[in-house]
Amino acid sequence: MSQTRNVGDVILNVENVSLAFGGVKAITEVSFDVREHEIRAIIGPNGAGKSSMLNVINGVYHPQQGSITFKGLTRSDVDSHEAAKQGIARTFQNIALFKGMTVLDNIMTGRNLKMRCNFLQQALWIGPARREEMEHRRQVEEVIDFLEIQHIRKTPVGRLPYGLQKRVELARALAAEPEMLLLDEPMAGMNVEEKQDMCRFVLDVNDHFGTTIVLIEHDMGVVMDISDRVVVLEYGRKIADGTPDEVRGNQKVIDAYLGVAH
Amino acid sequence: MLYREAGQFKTTYAEDQQIFPIRQDRIAMALLLVVAFVVVPMIANQYWLAAILTPFLILALAALGLNILTGYAGQLSLGTAAFMAVGAFMTYNFVLRMPWLGIIPSLVLAGLCAAGVGIAFGLPSLRIKGFYLAVATLACQFFVLWVLQRVGWFSNHSTSGVITAQKIVILGYEFVSPASKYLFTLAVVAVMALAAKNLMRSQTGRAFMAVRDMDVAASVIGIRMMGTKLLAFGISSFYCGVAGALYAFCYLGTVEPEAFSLDLSFRVLFMIIIGGVGSILGSFLGAAFITLLPIILSVLSGAFSHVTGIEISYAVLSNFELIVFGGLIIFFLIVEPQGLARLWQITKEKLRLWPFPH
Amino acid sequence: MNWAFFFEVLIGGLLAGVMYSLVALGFVLIYKASGVFNFAQGSMVFFAALTFVSLTERGMNLWVAMAVTLGVMVVLGIVIERVVLRPLVNQPPITLFMATIGLTFVLEGLSQIVWGSQPHGLELGIPDVPMEWLSKSANINISQFDLFAAGVSGVLVAVLAVFFQKTRIGRALRAVADDHQAALAVGIPLQHIWAIVWAVAGFVALVAGLMWGARNGVQYSLTFVALKALPVLILGGFESIPGAILGGLIIGASEKLAEVYIGPYFGGGIESWFAYVIALLFLLVRPEGLFGEKRIDRV
Repeated sequence: MSQTRNVGDVILNVENVSLAFGGVKAITEVSFDVREHEIRAIIGPNGAGKSSMLNVINGVYHPQQGSITFKGLTRSDVDSHEAAKQGIARTFQNIALFKGMTVLDNIMTGRNLKMRCNFLQQALWIGPARREEMEHRRQVEEVIDFLEIQHIRKTPVGRLPYGLQKRVELARALAAEPEMLLLDEPMAGMNVEEKQDMCRFVLDVNDHFGTTIVLIEHDMGVVMDISDRVVVLEYGRKIADGTPDEVRGNQKVIDAYLGVAH
Repeated sequence: MLYREAGQFKTTYAEDQQIFPIRQDRIAMALLLVVAFVVVPMIANQYWLAAILTPFLILALAALGLNILTGYAGQLSLGTAAFMAVGAFMTYNFVLRMPWLGIIPSLVLAGLCAAGVGIAFGLPSLRIKGFYLAVATLACQFFVLWVLQRVGWFSNHSTSGVITAQKIVILGYEFVSPASKYLFTLAVVAVMALAAKNLMRSQTGRAFMAVRDMDVAASVIGIRMMGTKLLAFGISSFYCGVAGALYAFCYLGTVEPEAFSLDLSFRVLFMIIIGGVGSILGSFLGAAFITLLPIILSVLSGAFSHVTGIEISYAVLSNFELIVFGGLIIFFLIVEPQGLARLWQITKEKLRLWPFPH
Repeated sequence: MNWAFFFEVLIGGLLAGVMYSLVALGFVLIYKASGVFNFAQGSMVFFAALTFVSLTERGMNLWVAMAVTLGVMVVLGIVIERVVLRPLVNQPPITLFMATIGLTFVLEGLSQIVWGSQPHGLELGIPDVPMEWLSKSANINISQFDLFAAGVSGVLVAVLAVFFQKTRIGRALRAVADDHQAALAVGIPLQHIWAIVWAVAGFVALVAGLMWGARNGVQYSLTFVALKALPVLILGGFESIPGAILGGLIIGASEKLAEVYIGPYFGGGIESWFAYVIALLFLLVRPEGLFGEKRIDRV
């Protein structure tokens, strides 16, 4: 595939981050960077600390050591709300949709940071609140069209099959118009067809909106196909970093995935 | 009239996001309002108005308040009655001490006081969840009643802690008759129910539900945990406070703090479990059910005595009522956790297809 | 400061706290094994005490009545498991909690329909009088009955500890408490275990009911005792037996001391909420309780 997009400057810089739960080290002194508009993959065996890394980037976990620089703003500790405000959105490994709400409402929550009316205006449903609601509805419908989920917009998400739920979760993240999108195993548990759809969406998002994407994925074929650069983690440490081809040829990576005879 | 939505096309988002998108529902709702505002006051007798319909509306409002907190925002509270008590006693004091305010501003201010208390006791919800929070709200229940009993100011230093609600006067008109009190209650409840519906279908409501369904995901998309939870406590307590004021002013007349005991909190909780957690309609259905059940039971026991000649004592009947209440709660939780509101929805879905089986 | 009086209040409070622990124990047992916060524990206490006292009033021997009541409580535990818990398995904990609130009402109504709602006195043969030698030597009045109740609670905790550590059922219970799925996978029948736990909780309720009944009489207000046990649980954590004991002692002592020394400034009666406020303040500092484990939310 030809990459015609212009990958820009470093937008996210992870520096020397370490994270531990009690005595268990999840991440040890990991550094890497993400450039604007690129698709960056984080791979590694189970328990390598990939999800923890995403959680550190958007402030769900707080690292004991190291710093994160996003759009020139350095921080050692941030809460997830602030990260969202800075323009980081994400999806989760185990779908984290709001089960009791419809698809439409779920996606609408993604726009909460863009809504300005207070609860009193909303309770009265007067002019501004109503206009705002309609305006955001229109924008959400664009995301719905983009991800081709028009037919299920009024369905409670709990009733949807797994693959569609993943897509709705992506929709909710996109509704926030993020600058950077963190995707935690967006294709896990999908069949080939669904995977192809999801790949197309990820590439389209990157292409149309120029969104920077950091994704964790186990399907090596997918990772090698769509990502610009790859970070490889093992036991919480970075063992390789580079283009798909470089990483593929790295002896440490081969050992990590195939196992080494000791 | 067939219940169909075929042929009703939505061409704007505004049309699609109405409260009742189906035309037949809009007609039914309009009819219901006409009946409630015009027909009922004309045909219902004093007993029905004063002893059944008015308390039903008031408890429905309290249930609505609890539903906002528990059903929508997912924070279980056992302190509903305490918030109601704050509303009742503060309204009394505002009317007593600032008579120039008028009843509606007094109600609003009292509701805001209840909201303040609610927010204060909602603070622990930022650190604790589930049972721990439920237990924390019990603290509110006991503490508030104790304060109302001990601090003479609240009951204007009446010796027994009992207050007598003042007359409701708006623009010189005195709401004295059961019918006028019923209408006053109905107007307040209708307006507040509409506001609640609007709130729950906009960003605030979605934020509540997001916090309820998955708090980590909610904060990742930028919903503030603290603000959202406290807002839920505040709005919910406001509703409960106004309900409590109506309970004193339109229903009981004379009230002591003990009228707002833990038992009342439980009754309101039962209303939302039976009516439907997270449903505005459910709050009304549940309140109707719980208000009518004792009446139905006593009628049934009267009939039973008449037929068999066995007299059922009051004590037995009231204990039997406890068993039925408790049993129904368990029954609903097992069989239909979303309550009567869900049953109503299923009926409507069936009706849309009727008379075709599929 | 009158130190003799201070110690009298303190010891009285500690002993009352033991009684709270006794009720809290029932909660902890069920929570540990099934993750259910059983709001009906208080009405189980009431139900047990009322059954026992009604049987003895009908001329039954004390020990026979105790055995019969125990039998009733075991049957009750099994019935609850069958009718309430089994259909609600895999429901969110808060649903189960609300179901136990429903259960509270059922039990209260049921026990009063069967045995009537008039209050009963309960005499266990231990007089509730100060111990003479202590009053004479140190001028501290400590009730003989309170000491007896504390002794009984101590024995009960010891018995439970042995039951959990040494018996096969006890080990299975602990396994279930650790991990439901894993316990199922190694072939521990979850439903039997739950029935057993509810039966054991019934037994604890019986003991608590006897103590509290002998203290305050067997009447409807006994159900409120359970509400007093809730702050104890917050302090001690929902899943820790030592926590329940220690929490009870702290709540009992601080409540009595507050009532005596702070109460007069507020016009008295602060006992009704003081324990809750302590528990709440404590929660803000340490949400997981005295012995609870800090949980990490995984996403």
